Amino acid sequence: MATFTLNINGTKQEVDVDPSTPMLWVLRDHLNLVGTKYGCGIAQCGACTIHMDGTATRACMLTVSSVGNSEITTIEGLSEEGNHPVQKAWLEVDVPQCGYCQAGQIMTASALLEKNPNPTDEEIEMAMNGNICRCGTYTRIKKAVKLAAKS
Amino acid sequence: MTLVKTKIGRRAFIRNTGLASGGLVIGFNWLASCKMTPEQVSSLPKEWFELNGFLKVGDNGMVTIMSPNPEIGQNIKTAMPMIVAEELDVAWKDVIVEQAPLNTDIFTRQIAGGSQSIRQGWESLRMAGATAKQMLKEAAAQSWGVSADEITTKEGILSHEGTGNAAGYGEMASAAASIEVPEEVQLKETSDFSIIGTDTKNVDGKKIVTGQPLYGLDVYKEGMLTAMIVHPPAFGMTYKGMNADAVKSMPGIKDVFHFEVYPEGIEKQWSDQGGIPELVAIVGDSTWECMQAKKALEVEWEQSSKAESTSYHDEELLALLEKPTETPARKDGDVDAAFKNAAKIVESTYSAPYLAHNTMEPMNFFAHVTPEKAELLGPIQTPEFAEKTVAARLGMPVEKIDIMMTRMGGGFGRRLYGPFVIEAAVISQKMNAPIKLVYSREDDMTQGTYRPSYKVKYKAGLDADGNLIAWHVRGAGTNDSLVFEDRFPAGAVDNYLAEKHTLATNVTTGAWRAPRSNFIAGAEQAFMDEVAEASGKDPIEFRLELFDRAMNNPVGDPKKNDYDPERYAGVLKLVKEKSDWANSNGKARGVSAYYCHNSYVAQVLDLEDGGGDMPRVDKVHCAVDCGIVINPLGAKNQIEGGIIDGVGHSTFSAMSFKDGKPEQSNFDRYRLIRHSEAPKNIEVHFVDNGIDPTGLGEPSLPPIIAALSNALYKATGRRYYNQPFINERPPLVG
Repeated sequence: MATFTLNINGTKQEVDVDPSTPMLWVLRDHLNLVGTKYGCGIAQCGACTIHMDGTATRACMLTVSSVGNSEITTIEGLSEEGNHPVQKAWLEVDVPQCGYCQAGQIMTASALLEKNPNPTDEEIEMAMNGNICRCGTYTRIKKAVKLAAKS
Repeated sequence: MTLVKTKIGRRAFIRNTGLASGGLVIGFNWLASCKMTPEQVSSLPKEWFELNGFLKVGDNGMVTIMSPNPEIGQNIKTAMPMIVAEELDVAWKDVIVEQAPLNTDIFTRQIAGGSQSIRQGWESLRMAGATAKQMLKEAAAQSWGVSADEITTKEGILSHEGTGNAAGYGEMASAAASIEVPEEVQLKETSDFSIIGTDTKNVDGKKIVTGQPLYGLDVYKEGMLTAMIVHPPAFGMTYKGMNADAVKSMPGIKDVFHFEVYPEGIEKQWSDQGGIPELVAIVGDSTWECMQAKKALEVEWEQSSKAESTSYHDEELLALLEKPTETPARKDGDVDAAFKNAAKIVESTYSAPYLAHNTMEPMNFFAHVTPEKAELLGPIQTPEFAEKTVAARLGMPVEKIDIMMTRMGGGFGRRLYGPFVIEAAVISQKMNAPIKLVYSREDDMTQGTYRPSYKVKYKAGLDADGNLIAWHVRGAGTNDSLVFEDRFPAGAVDNYLAEKHTLATNVTTGAWRAPRSNFIAGAEQAFMDEVAEASGKDPIEFRLELFDRAMNNPVGDPKKNDYDPERYAGVLKLVKEKSDWANSNGKARGVSAYYCHNSYVAQVLDLEDGGGDMPRVDKVHCAVDCGIVINPLGAKNQIEGGIIDGVGHSTFSAMSFKDGKPEQSNFDRYRLIRHSEAPKNIEVHFVDNGIDPTGLGEPSLPPIIAALSNALYKATGRRYYNQPFINERPPLVG
C-alpha cells in the first residue's frame, strides 16, 4: 500500500492503495465517483474513459502510481451542473438507452471537441471507435456530437 | 368513453398494505440514495397522499408515479408512467418517476422480457391513473356540493363549469385519499390522448449524462465487502480443490471458499437456468484486491461430462438437418408430391454461432442477509422468480426477502437468469456481512447462458408460373428447437412441412434478444429472397402475393397461424412507399419483414457504394406496426438500437468453444459493432392504427439480418448463408 495525492476534478484527494490499482477502481471503490464505469478492464470498450490533462484515457489500465500530478477529470467533474455542451446535446438528442456506456462516450466526445471543434463524420467515428455501445446508440451519438460542435 | 371495471390488480388499490409513502417498506431506499436534481428538490411537496400503489399526489400537485417493471434500456421507466399520467390527466412536467420495488401484492408481471411490459401493463397502468383521477373528482364533488360527473380535469386541474369552482389536484389529494376506490372507471378515448404519442425524453437522462449512481455496480454501502466468483474454465467440469490458504493472506482478502449455489433438493425456478451448481467465492475489501486474489488462486477442476467443441456442435447440427423428425411440427398438404411436380426447386442451409449477451454492465448484485431478513438490490429482469429461489436457498420465508431493482446496464435476456442473485445472497449469509458480487467481464462472457447455435435447411418448390407450391423447413439448435411452425409462410402455401430438432449440449443457453427469431427471421427472409428471385418476381410483390393468399384463401385453420397477414402486408407496403422501392438509385438494397413479440416490422436496407466485399450500411428504412406508440421518441430509439444490434451481431460476433472452453472471454476477441461500422442513417415509420400497444424492444432486430444479407447479395453476387457474415467474404485472390 502507498499514499497518493491525486488532482481529481480540481480537488486534491488522498488515497492509500496498492500502487498497481487502476484509476477506475480508485475512483469507484475509494473516492465514490461511480460515473466512470467498468466494462472490460482491458481498454477495449471505453466505458471507463476519463480525461488526463485533457486527453481521453482509459481508467481501467491507468495505474494510480502513473498519474502523478496530472489533472484528472471524470464525468462528475465535466461540468458544474451537467450543462457541458456535450451533456446538453446528449439530452437534446435523447441518446441513451440503457445508459451504462454513455459517461465514457461523453468523455471521449468532449475530449475530441476540445481538440477539434468541427470534426467531420469520419473524424467523429474514428475518435469514438474505442467506445462500444451495446444498445446501438451510435447514430444518435454522432448526431449529438455534431450538435455539440455547433454550440 | 370506455367504462371499465377496475378488475386488474385490485390489491393495488388497497392502500397502506405494503407500499407506504415512497415505497419505503423495503427498509432501505435505493432511490433516496440517488441525488435528486435541484429542480426536483425545490418543487417537492410538504406531504404526499397515496391514491393507489402506482401513484401518490403531493399537496402542491406534484405526482409521483411508480414504474413497476425493471428498466434494462427499453425505456419503460419513461413509457409506463406516461400511460398512468395520461389517464390521471396530469401535466408530464409535474410527474416524478420512481422505480417500484418488487411487490407482487400490488404489481402484476414485474418482468422485463418478451417485449411484453407495455402490452401486458397497458390496462392496469391506465386503470391506475383513471381510478386516481376519479377519486380526485369525487373529493372535489363533495367539497363543492356538485356531482362528480360534472367535473372536468385538465393537466392536474379540476373544474366545475356550473359553479365556476376550480382546484389543483394537490388541494384535493388529502380528501381523495379517503375516498372509496371506484368499482368502475372511464378510460379516455385514444383520440383524447395528450401525453401518449408525444416525444418524451428518458426520465433518467440527466442522471445518466452526469454519472450519478443508477446501476447495480454503483451500489456502495457502509461496511460492504466485494465478492467475486471463480467458475469452471470449461463446460462439463466440476470442482475438485484449490489453494485457498495461499490466497486468504493476500492484502484486503477476507475469505476464499467453495460453495454450493444449488445444493441437491433446492427448488429451482426457470430463471435459475444456466446456473453453475458450485463455485468458489473470493471476498475482500475492494474490487482490485479481489481481482488480484483471483489471479493468484489455483482451482482444480475435473471434466465430468463431455468437453464439447464448436466443430462437434456443427457436425451434430448438420447431421440433424439430414434427418426427418418422427412427428412434424406442422404439415399441410404433401410437400414430397409437390416437389416432384415443381418446375423449380430452391434449397439452402443457413447457420449462426453461439452469442454472448455482453451487457455493458457485467452481472452483479448487492446482498445483505441477516437472520431477520435478506435485502437484495441490483439488476435483475425477473425479480419475482429470484426471490423464490433466494428464499428456498437461504431457508427463509419469502416475506423476509426484499428485492429492489436498479437501472440495468443492458439486459438482452441475460438478466432473465438470476443465479448471480442467489450467489450474492449465499455469500452474504456465509460472511454475515453486506456484500456486492461483481462478475469480471471474463466471468460474464465465459459463464454461459448463450444464444444457442443454430442451423436450418429450407427447400421450396415453384410451379411453371413462379407460384410457391411447397415449403419445407427443418431446423436444429443447441438446447433449442428453433422453428416457429405457425409463422409465415405457414397458411400461405398449399404444401408445407415444418420440422424441428434439438441437440442437447452442456454449453448452457438462454433467451437472447428476440429468442429464435434472432436467427430464423434472417434465414427465412433470406431464403424468401432466393425463392422470389427464382420465381422471377419482385421480392416485395412475391411476399404480398403470399399475404393475399393467407388473407383470402388460407391453408389450414387460419386461427392456427401466428400472424395477421393484413398487418404484415401493411408494413411491407409502407416500407415500399417510404423507401421508394422502385428507385434504388443504383444502391444495393435488400428487403425483409418479420413478425415477433406481437409486432410487425419491414425494412429496406441500402449499402454504401464502393464498400468492397463488406460494404457499410448506408441507410435503413423501417416500417413498424406495434399498435399505439406510447413514446415515439423512445420507440424510435428502440428500433434504431435493434437494427444496429442485428447488423452488428450478424456481421461480426461469435462465441466458439474448444474442448468445452470458450475461446472468447473479452472484447479483444469477441467483436461487437463499433461507431464506424454502424448504419449511417435509419428512418423509422410507425403505422398509426389505434390498436392496443405491443412489443418494441425486440422486433426490429430479427428481420434486419436478412435485409442485410439480401443487400449483400445485390452488392457482391454472393449469398451470405453463415453468420457472422464477415467470415463469408470471398478469399483474397493472390
